[in-house]
Amino acid sequence: MAKKNDWVRIHRNVLEPEQRTGKLPEDTKKVPLEMWVKGRLQNETAELGDEVTVITAVGRTEHGKLIEVNPCYALNYGAFVPEILEMDASLRNALFGGEAND
Amino acid sequence: MINGMIVDRSYAAVTGRKNAIIEKAMGVDYSRYESGSIAFDYEAMMNGTGYSLEDHIRIQREYNVGNTPIFELHNLTALARKYAKPGKGARIFVKDEASNPAGSFKERRAATSVYHAKKLGYKGVIAATSGNYGAAVASQAAMQGLKCIIVQECYDSKASGQPEIIEKARKCEALGAEVLQLSVGPELFYEVLMMLEDTGYFNASLYSAFGVGGVETLGFELGHQFKERYGRNPDVVVCANAGGGNLTGTARGLKKAGCNAQVVAASVDLSGLSMASDTQFNRKSFTTAHTGFGVPYATDPDHSDVPRSAARPLRYMDRYVTVKQGEVFYITEALATLEGMEKGPAGNTSLAAAFSLAQELDKDAIIVAQETEYTGAGKHIQPQLAFARQNGIELCFGDPATEIPGTNIVFPADPSLLRARDADLDHMRASLIRRQASHAKGPITEADIAYLMEETRASRAFVEEVLQKLNQKN
Repeated sequence: MAKKNDWVRIHRNVLEPEQRTGKLPEDTKKVPLEMWVKGRLQNETAELGDEVTVITAVGRTEHGKLIEVNPCYALNYGAFVPEILEMDASLRNALFGGEAND
Repeated sequence: MINGMIVDRSYAAVTGRKNAIIEKAMGVDYSRYESGSIAFDYEAMMNGTGYSLEDHIRIQREYNVGNTPIFELHNLTALARKYAKPGKGARIFVKDEASNPAGSFKERRAATSVYHAKKLGYKGVIAATSGNYGAAVASQAAMQGLKCIIVQECYDSKASGQPEIIEKARKCEALGAEVLQLSVGPELFYEVLMMLEDTGYFNASLYSAFGVGGVETLGFELGHQFKERYGRNPDVVVCANAGGGNLTGTARGLKKAGCNAQVVAASVDLSGLSMASDTQFNRKSFTTAHTGFGVPYATDPDHSDVPRSAARPLRYMDRYVTVKQGEVFYITEALATLEGMEKGPAGNTSLAAAFSLAQELDKDAIIVAQETEYTGAGKHIQPQLAFARQNGIELCFGDPATEIPGTNIVFPADPSLLRARDADLDHMRASLIRRQASHAKGPITEADIAYLMEETRASRAFVEEVLQKLNQKN
């Protein structure tokens, strides 16, 4: 459960598929235009999935569905990519390779 | 509601108010530069900001932007010479724009916009960008004491986001900005217009004369650095090309420094991928500096978030080359393992091209890749390639010429296979002329022809021939 002033992340559809216009590829036309933003919860309490109001970092009021409380950054350096080592080896070999450098 | 008035927020109504919203959000009346026909007064718009090159330099100095070092890449030069004909293989340099406060050249583009917004009394700035520009605006807004909102195109409909863009959101938030993230689609500009209307903030457009004017300091600085250190101008300056502002600003700055270097545009080849497609969004590994922006913005500069773009790269480029995703990742790794510098992949687009172009030039020539960008979790060769593989993209070694965007990423099996490929500039010139002529409200005037010649650096005969073919078709 989240309480007032908790830092949360919300989600809302800005345009439903039928409201989307302009020159869009077929796949994009079939899905809504979605929005995510973070802010301080204004409701006294809320559960994930509730429609809530937040105040964003600049002081704007936004509304949407509560999807995360204390949202964290999950980005990292990803799974190991062995090809990178292969690139290193081939580059070093191309520049410095040969018996004289072994 | 805005000031107690109920306003229509439908897509059609908001986009219909575009010009009025933009004028209020920038304090620029673009109509004063219009001729009423095709032509508009580009130089008057560039000079009409009230900021000279010296002013841009002063503002950037005050807010810690610019004065970035140039580095000679001895090992990459030696490697290129191994594959060049005897006597060929220019000295390769890079300008380390990653050493700007927010990690890229984009801060040059942000500084004066934020400064101007503050001077005019705006409380905050808004920028629509998924790239380094967001971090740049957020950084400048933090330094200059304004609020900042960054609007990003970030996720596909499965809420899967490009690691590079998610990192940018983190950085913008770390610098105090609000980050509003959207799923794929050009209606991002609709959201931005509503936000401008609601907040009354300044539109820190990438395509304003404040922004592109700010990039002139890069070319100007570069020209002077080479004169001071080596007593000569560089022969070729390679600029990554997406929206065109990097190349336009740099080329204008080089000219103002009296440097007549050849200016080459370089973009990552993403041909065949639709930039507005939900299912293709995460099948690319570059979110900027690619042909998906580079070509449409070069041939149709005025489809951005301002009525007239200050970024008009066809006016300045001598040549346009493309490189493959696998080639840019490869040169990024080369920069790390052979030069000891870890930088973000997209910022090495011009370096990949420079490595190939150096092999065409004489040994005593100088070629410069005019930027680098910061790197970190998400925005790095490792997570970007891991993400590509996770999305079903095949990673392999071979001839990058066989790379198919969205299907595979082909790293050069050998450094000799890294090749910048020439794009058809005349085709792009003709495309720009046709597009602008199609907007003509009346007969094309003599001033329009002169304008189209400037827009494309083409001869009168070339412009007239394209117009004639267009007339025959109609």
